[in-house]
Amino acid sequence: MDQPVETFATRAMQYIPRLRRYARALTGDNNAADDLVQDALERALLKQNRWREGTDLRAWLFTVMHNIFINQVRSAAANRLVPMDDVAADAMAETLPPQATDRLEIRDLDAALQALPEEQRAVVLLVGLEQMTYEEAARVLEVPIGTVMSRLSRGRERLRSLLQRAPGSNPLKVVK
Amino acid sequence: MNAAPVTEAELHAYVDGGLSPARKAEIAQYLAQHDGDARRVAAYRQQNQQFHEIYDGLLVEPVPLHLQSAEGARTRRIWYRYAAAAMLMLASGTLGWHLHDRVTGARVQSIQIARVAAMAHAVYSPEVRHPVEVGADQEEHLVRWLSKRLGTSLKIPHLAPQGYALVGGRLLPGERGPAAQFMYQDAKGQRLTLYVRVSNEARAPTAFRFAQENGVGVFYWLDGRLGYALSGETDRAELLRVADAVYQQLNP
Repeated sequence: MDQPVETFATRAMQYIPRLRRYARALTGDNNAADDLVQDALERALLKQNRWREGTDLRAWLFTVMHNIFINQVRSAAANRLVPMDDVAADAMAETLPPQATDRLEIRDLDAALQALPEEQRAVVLLVGLEQMTYEEAARVLEVPIGTVMSRLSRGRERLRSLLQRAPGSNPLKVVK
Repeated sequence: MNAAPVTEAELHAYVDGGLSPARKAEIAQYLAQHDGDARRVAAYRQQNQQFHEIYDGLLVEPVPLHLQSAEGARTRRIWYRYAAAAMLMLASGTLGWHLHDRVTGARVQSIQIARVAAMAHAVYSPEVRHPVEVGADQEEHLVRWLSKRLGTSLKIPHLAPQGYALVGGRLLPGERGPAAQFMYQDAKGQRLTLYVRVSNEARAPTAFRFAQENGVGVFYWLDGRLGYALSGETDRAELLRVADAVYQQLNP
């Protein structure tokens, strides 16, 4: 009985540090990240028979974790605020003043990431941090590759404008 | 001969390394003539690089064992037992240490400064009668004194436009020598402190980083020989707004 659990666990275990890194970047919070990883690992163990031998285990684990994350975000948003969809968030970003200078590039990328809609944040991180191909990211997120590309494009551009904004315009207050 | 038009997707693939060498060369040529897109590509590359700077520390940090004490689940304990064993193996191997040094070496200094600054904030900011050694009414003296003790010419940022008035400052013991703390206060009495310390070696400027210690939020950064940390029990966006103003004033 223990044997199959341990075999699967032993294989999957090597991805824990990567899951934690991604979870931390995604949630912006150490405790939330560890809770998320823990939930994902539990669910992965419970559903391990759904993982097909020979397929990419890392991608599968990321999918499991991503689905938990999205459910958490959705239920939290339902209790709090109207969820901000991509379009509304883009419209909001466009109303912010343009940069006055690009002299200062040193900003808090970690904080800026949290100002992105979570779907864009996920794509930007899977590609930029996890270095997944666009196909892999599409598989993890279970969306078409075109969706990955448009989220990537909007997410990166939004980050760029957040990071370059002139002081005093206080961009990161937009989303808290 | 004209190359095919460059698509948005290809610009991203250029950043992420997903193009054939021939197409890559064509896009490089295109970028040489299109400043706007070249700037975007450079910014996206920098984002990717900074993600690693910020988050790669987690790849070598031990997986926290306290998580396994959480309610019951046997599976949970199995997971973290494996994870702990894996981290031990990693840490004891040459590769492990090498990786560890490479990733965290540059960050140790800046993490220390956040801890020390948060502590100093927690100790002095609640003080009613003696929050500072030298008050804002003697600002000139304060600057001269602390500059002399730290052995460098300090500047005191003015944060009135952000809603914070200088209360004053004090000398503190830092990790390797004297350090300075400047205290600010808004109209509601909310206090922020700016911690400054000098190190022997000059460093390339680091990104703003954020840490939290016992409810005190800290934005910190290194710049040349100086390290800065702005602490407050306020929300992160507000703290970032002020940290940004501090940075701007120190680097006009």
